[in-house]
Amino acid sequence: MSDLGLIRACSAIGAGLAVIAGIGPGVGQGIAAGHGAAAVGRNPGAKGDIMTTMLLGQAVAETTGLYGLLVALLLLFVHPLDV
Amino acid sequence: MTQGILLSSNVTESFMIKGVFKYTVFGQEVWITTTHVCILIVMLVLMVFALCVNRALKHASEVPTGLQNVAELVVEKLDGMVKSSMGKHAKVFGNYIGTIFIFILLSNISGILGLRPPTADYGVTLPLGILTFTLIHVTQFKNNSPKQIWNDMCSPLPPWLPIWLPINVISEIAVPISLSLRLFANVLSGTIMMALVYGLLRWFAVIWPAALHVYFDLFSGAIQTYVFCMLTMTYISNAYGDES
Repeated sequence: MSDLGLIRACSAIGAGLAVIAGIGPGVGQGIAAGHGAAAVGRNPGAKGDIMTTMLLGQAVAETTGLYGLLVALLLLFVHPLDV
Repeated sequence: MTQGILLSSNVTESFMIKGVFKYTVFGQEVWITTTHVCILIVMLVLMVFALCVNRALKHASEVPTGLQNVAELVVEKLDGMVKSSMGKHAKVFGNYIGTIFIFILLSNISGILGLRPPTADYGVTLPLGILTFTLIHVTQFKNNSPKQIWNDMCSPLPPWLPIWLPINVISEIAVPISLSLRLFANVLSGTIMMALVYGLLRWFAVIWPAALHVYFDLFSGAIQTYVFCMLTMTYISNAYGDES
């Protein structure tokens, strides 16, 4: 197998492995949403504030999952490791 | 370009940035790209809106109607957002935060209007992050004595034992990087998803992709705008330090 072919193949495998980082935000944001729902159940009047805080926290927690997506996109489209 | 990995090559063509015009300056070749064109269109829309509001406000009335109503609503909401987050420093930063809020919001939403969102280009979000970084540190140096700043930087340990200093410096540098990457990656992933839907389901994707646009462009774009501005305001008001 040529050098370039090997590099492209391993980049593809690496890109797939990189997106496994999406598990983290999935679990974390789900737990946060659960706490948010429980808080609304305890205090239905504060629904607007609770939702704003929850969405703010979830958007910040999303960042690490996006780093994984970014690495995958870099490997697939920018080919930084070519000879 | 890329071969063999993709199901259909026109999908990659549709979300990549394309160069529109090339010129050379001082021996380097410089391109005018899709992002430049889209930013110009966003700017033109904002400027036309501002000129129309200016004309409408010349005949302003005590009870607002029409365009004056819309303008007063927007200004009121933005001022309220900045004031609730920054308290007494809201006067200094209110205009800047309002401007970047409107710019980033319109840039993120422009996907539904047919443009490639300018914020899906790292060259647009990185300067916004660097502007935030500059504001934070200029505020920090103007309002705190160097001794206080040194104490903060060596934070958990006493100031004569600066072992923690590199870690705190790295966490300061991580602020503009994470701010810019969050906005960029969210908008870019929305752009790629929509390009996949339109590229792979060509004649089948009529009318129902609007629901996906609502999630990826409108909802996600608005949330990311709000998060960017909230984080900027929070970091800046923390940089003022403890004043009593």
